[in-house]
Amino acid sequence: MPRLLEIKDLRTVFDTAKGRISAVDGVTLGLNSGDTLGIVGESGCGKTMLALSIMRLIPANGKIVNGEILFSGQDLLKISSEEMRKKRGSEIAMVFQEPMTSLNPVLRVGEQIAESIRLHQKLHTKEALALSIDQLREVGIDDPEKLIRDYPHQLSGGMRQRVMIAMAMSCHPQLLLADEPTTALDVTIQAQILDLISTLKEKNNMAVILITHDLGIIAQAAKHVAVMYAGKIVENSTVENIFDHPLHPYTRGLIESMPARCAASSDKGNYLKTIPGNVPSLYNLPAGCRFFDRCTSAQKECNKEEPVLKEIEEGHFVSCWKYPGNIN
Amino acid sequence: MARLIIRLERPDAGNIYYKGDDINSFSAAQLKSYRGNVQMIFQDPYSSLNPRKSAVSIIREPLTIRKIGDKNERDEMVMQLMAKVGLSKEQANRYPHEFSGGQRQRIGIARALVLKPELIIADEPVSALDVSIQAQILNLLKELKHDFGLTYLFISHDLNVIRNMSDRIAVMYLGKIVELAANRDIYSTPMHPYTRMLLSAVPSGDPKNKNRTLSIKGEARNEGEKGCNFQNRCSYKIDICAQEEPPLKRYDQQRFCACHRGGSI
Repeated sequence: MPRLLEIKDLRTVFDTAKGRISAVDGVTLGLNSGDTLGIVGESGCGKTMLALSIMRLIPANGKIVNGEILFSGQDLLKISSEEMRKKRGSEIAMVFQEPMTSLNPVLRVGEQIAESIRLHQKLHTKEALALSIDQLREVGIDDPEKLIRDYPHQLSGGMRQRVMIAMAMSCHPQLLLADEPTTALDVTIQAQILDLISTLKEKNNMAVILITHDLGIIAQAAKHVAVMYAGKIVENSTVENIFDHPLHPYTRGLIESMPARCAASSDKGNYLKTIPGNVPSLYNLPAGCRFFDRCTSAQKECNKEEPVLKEIEEGHFVSCWKYPGNIN
Repeated sequence: MARLIIRLERPDAGNIYYKGDDINSFSAAQLKSYRGNVQMIFQDPYSSLNPRKSAVSIIREPLTIRKIGDKNERDEMVMQLMAKVGLSKEQANRYPHEFSGGQRQRIGIARALVLKPELIIADEPVSALDVSIQAQILNLLKELKHDFGLTYLFISHDLNVIRNMSDRIAVMYLGKIVELAANRDIYSTPMHPYTRMLLSAVPSGDPKNKNRTLSIKGEARNEGEKGCNFQNRCSYKIDICAQEEPPLKRYDQQRFCACHRGGSI
């Protein structure tokens, strides 16, 4: 059986005034139904563009120039935009970071959820509204009959994100893309939203791609993790491997610099470990390995040629010259 | 609260004392000296730097305004400080848009330090920064605190950052302090039900430890209702919680909590 999602050597470029940049540069990854894949990286590393590429919703100055996105074996890059439109919202849905800007401020909540149900399931407004109410109850809203008549500005951030999730779930997608779904929320609300996504995933045997810069969320919610750096995946494995046995120097640096993993209190001299330097600009990437000038274990060869993602141990992919080669 | 302390806002009631003097009865001259002693580091390093000024003139401006030193002395002070916060000489004449977020925050920190303040209000100083840059800035703040003998009022929503930075911690909920205690006491024996919920909600950063000890429920209620602000989310609610607002009570030398069931849950 093919995997639910299989991305091969995907490259998404943007033509800008300063030249062409590759926001997603040769990304390969896969995902099974019922699994959560966490994509972690810093701002500008290409994680959102990767999600938008899967949705085929990249901004107008960008285009996908290479690769395949196989969804249940079918290449999403080869189907017509009409076919893609039908899949969007029904088979693949997305939840965005900012629930206020992604809801329509002049439409009542109920109408917004009902809209996608009407379009994808060919139902009448009344039936669609009834289904919206069920869906809102499903995402833990106590009084959905009242809520469907509210406008987005009347809801709290947590409620809005529940509405967004209800909307995304309304046609029972097989794949949910969640792009920083809790970044705009308080920590207690964040915990509730993550629990909700995980419950819905279990119940519907749905696959989830969870995009975040927050390693704590990844540790909590993901089964597999892909670490992105400057448009590339540098390490990909199970969440246990990534946290307890990271191989790429960048992943190690990230995990070690987490305040949560550092001993408590401000005892004098209790400094965090850091990664020196800054994320490189995509316009001005270092030669060879993109992490070269920040890497503490860089060797001479590292800035000659770019390393490729190789399976170093069973199910553990790393792109770093430190590791000799494929296990196979 | 930060804005009240640097007197960008005036309180409707109550007083703020700095070394025994009420800051809201300061004269213009007293206020000017107060604001030199109390400086702020802002959350967003993109909007808190003037885009039309170079790094060196941003950091120098407080000195210029206060006519401290002559031109050469000012430049000397700025250069020393820039080196201290990890900016190079070559970067001095660059403009904010030429810097990354972490570097801009370094400029903001240098500007806050140039008048040699005693108290720094740091309002979410790392929450706009990437993970790998956060640790750099937190370390820099610790180093500066040690070298210049600074006092920080460090505001953050991130409990892991707070734990790493603070000696004492005040937990706020809907405009009130619900618990105030030493760092280790907050994390080892949280007293207030809200503190407990917060700690349980923070991801542990360890995939082997995903189970929460406490259930997280509900959302903040509207302000101005009767009784304790947290009652609608609290698992320990008793009758009095719906009637009276609990005052912040002292439990021992360093420990305060505002809960009707304080100490008994």
